[in-house]
Amino acid sequence: MKKYMLPAAKLSLVMLVLCCFIYFGLVALIGKLSNGGGDGVTLMVNNKVVGYERIGQKFTEDRYFWGRPSAVEYNAAGSAGSNKGPSNPDYLKIVQERIDSFLVHHPGVKKEQIPAEMVTASGSGLDPHISVAAARLQVARIAKARATEPGKINTLLEQHIEKNPIGPDLVHVLKLNIALDTLQ
Amino acid sequence: MNKEILGVLLTYGLSLLVALPLGAAIARWLKGEKSIWDFMAPLEQFIYKSCGINPAAQMTWKEHLRALLSINLIWFIYAFILLVSQGSLFFNPDGNPSQSPDLAFNTAISFLVNCNLQHYSGETGLTYLTQVFVISFLQFVSAATGIAAVFVLFKALRDKVTDQLGNFWVFFTQSITRILLPISLVIATLLAFNGTPTSFKGKDQYISLQGDTVQVSRGPAAAMIAIKHLGTNGGGWFGANSTHPLENPNYRTNMVELIAQVIIPIALVFALGYYLNRRKFSQVIFAVMTLGFLCLLIPTMIAETGGNPALEKTGILQTGGAMEGKELRFGAANSAYWSIVTTIISTGSVNSMHDSSMPVSNAMQLLGMMTNAFYGGCGVGLLNFFIYLVIAVFISGLMVGRTPELLGRKIEAREMKIAALIAILHPLLILAGTALSSYIFVHYPANNWAIKPVSWLNNPGPHGFSEMLYEYTSASANNGSGLEGLGDNNVFWNISTGLVLLISRFLPIIGPLAIAGLLANKKYIPETAGTLRSDSYTFGIMIFAVILIISALAFFPALTLGPFAEYFSLY
Repeated sequence: MKKYMLPAAKLSLVMLVLCCFIYFGLVALIGKLSNGGGDGVTLMVNNKVVGYERIGQKFTEDRYFWGRPSAVEYNAAGSAGSNKGPSNPDYLKIVQERIDSFLVHHPGVKKEQIPAEMVTASGSGLDPHISVAAARLQVARIAKARATEPGKINTLLEQHIEKNPIGPDLVHVLKLNIALDTLQ
Repeated sequence: MNKEILGVLLTYGLSLLVALPLGAAIARWLKGEKSIWDFMAPLEQFIYKSCGINPAAQMTWKEHLRALLSINLIWFIYAFILLVSQGSLFFNPDGNPSQSPDLAFNTAISFLVNCNLQHYSGETGLTYLTQVFVISFLQFVSAATGIAAVFVLFKALRDKVTDQLGNFWVFFTQSITRILLPISLVIATLLAFNGTPTSFKGKDQYISLQGDTVQVSRGPAAAMIAIKHLGTNGGGWFGANSTHPLENPNYRTNMVELIAQVIIPIALVFALGYYLNRRKFSQVIFAVMTLGFLCLLIPTMIAETGGNPALEKTGILQTGGAMEGKELRFGAANSAYWSIVTTIISTGSVNSMHDSSMPVSNAMQLLGMMTNAFYGGCGVGLLNFFIYLVIAVFISGLMVGRTPELLGRKIEAREMKIAALIAILHPLLILAGTALSSYIFVHYPANNWAIKPVSWLNNPGPHGFSEMLYEYTSASANNGSGLEGLGDNNVFWNISTGLVLLISRFLPIIGPLAIAGLLANKKYIPETAGTLRSDSYTFGIMIFAVILIISALAFFPALTLGPFAEYFSLY
């Protein structure tokens, strides 16, 4: 074994330099050229950071589009899913409560219209998106809360639909809500 | 939904498109022919020289193992020391604490053996120092160890009698300089330009649009996520792994990460064929692996896109599939695809939470790890498959009444004994571990550990059992994914899975290398009309049957208690 320990230790040191110092340094340099300079892309309103582009936010007020339920309440200091199994009775009860609460806040919406993602927690707890169908359901509520015509909000929503050639079509909740605030 | 299926097909197609030429290039480099990597030679020569390594010195299989085990021992000690002292060291902008000795034991081993089971969350359980200099470092070198080991097998299967099987240090160094570093750099660049952070700044705090004060964890994640996938490691920068929107910002990065984790395992399969001048042999292996992959993938895709039957009763709209634990930007079809890719390859990163997968999907994910040879991890996937190959040759040899031969070499009692032992090791570790934890859960619920056994499980009934079964399966397959509801950061899980990890990494490397070394020393018998050819599709069916019998059947009772029982309670 001794014959191998010395070259093994030396080679480990070389690889530490190569894979950690040089590689991470290079990537950090490359990252400087990217949008946000490698610190994460922020969204600004009136020169103030109101969030990170990729990170979803908690919206509970009636005048905003709501995102998905989150196991970490959208605090990105951590990240986690609920890890609830599909047959867990406690979990099914929670989903039922979310459905009931959604129906109360959206008179006129039938439960057959509620997309599953609006009552199920995301994997990271930070999912920034909802589906187009989930956004459309909320237009009437937001129009009422903001005392504007639903048509205006609908137009804004249509502009914020991210159509993807592959993968699901998406609505970015935070960006849409920032645009909502500038509407009035 | 059609767009989602299209995305999956495109991802798989692109993976092959990258893997095939990579395989051919690896074979050319191993043969010593002109290759695209020759420009790396000066750097490699410099490394050998500064480490006092003679690259021309040839090693026997035993010398290879001694080198491999020595360097792994150094890494373990180094990683353990840094992890238990990280809290008082530099490069810790978030002020995270040191790991407890049992957690550090588990973490050090887990990354050493390319498993990446994580009993901590990256945001709070590590510092930037350990993320970069322990975790990412081990992700590079453990992948390179696997590749170096499989190169020994390549050398041994050539058609000449020899015990000169190349040089471990050279294989190891070249795996990093030629494959892992350059491709990681490309992947990290792609991630950086799609929004993954690269700088060393700590947590940021801001007031959200609605007025909540929240924080966001950051750090040089892009560089790590690249090697995490390329090296089939799987341990994420953030707790939520590749579901995290900074770790996997969009559908494009999701494709990049999916492709990154399969290219080396698939490339190595084809490299073997090019290297031995037996391309049909590789095609048969690839066909068997792909068939196994599809058998696991299709039921999972159907289950996940179909939605949760328990939620069907509430009457909500599940056209998008079962969305608990999934991210909308990937969708159910792609999340299903990822969950199978990550379990057949020993990556273990996730882009959806497997604890919330449908029971059918859980069964398929478990089977992916139980067989552990459909593509498989960096290098070790092919070594695992080699064991099945030896057993299949032996059984079919007995069936036709001839001496079993593999690529012109007789398989005899000694090789067969090793293969059989390695083949039963995997079920033994998984089932014994699960039995032990179930026993403790039932009989010692109030044991005074960091997490008492009574509160280990996040879900009741069969799904709770699946959580324990999954943990040992993941450990023994060196996979690293988990049903993360399991309360695993306590002395029982840290030590028991740590030991399983050690055994299930090194014995399945030692076994196949020993067989390879023994075979390389045997007389080469040219194939005749009477030889049972190992590069025929008939033989492929034989291998598939062996895998089915050994893996699937050994685990059937355990699967019945977990996912299958849950399935029947749901439908």
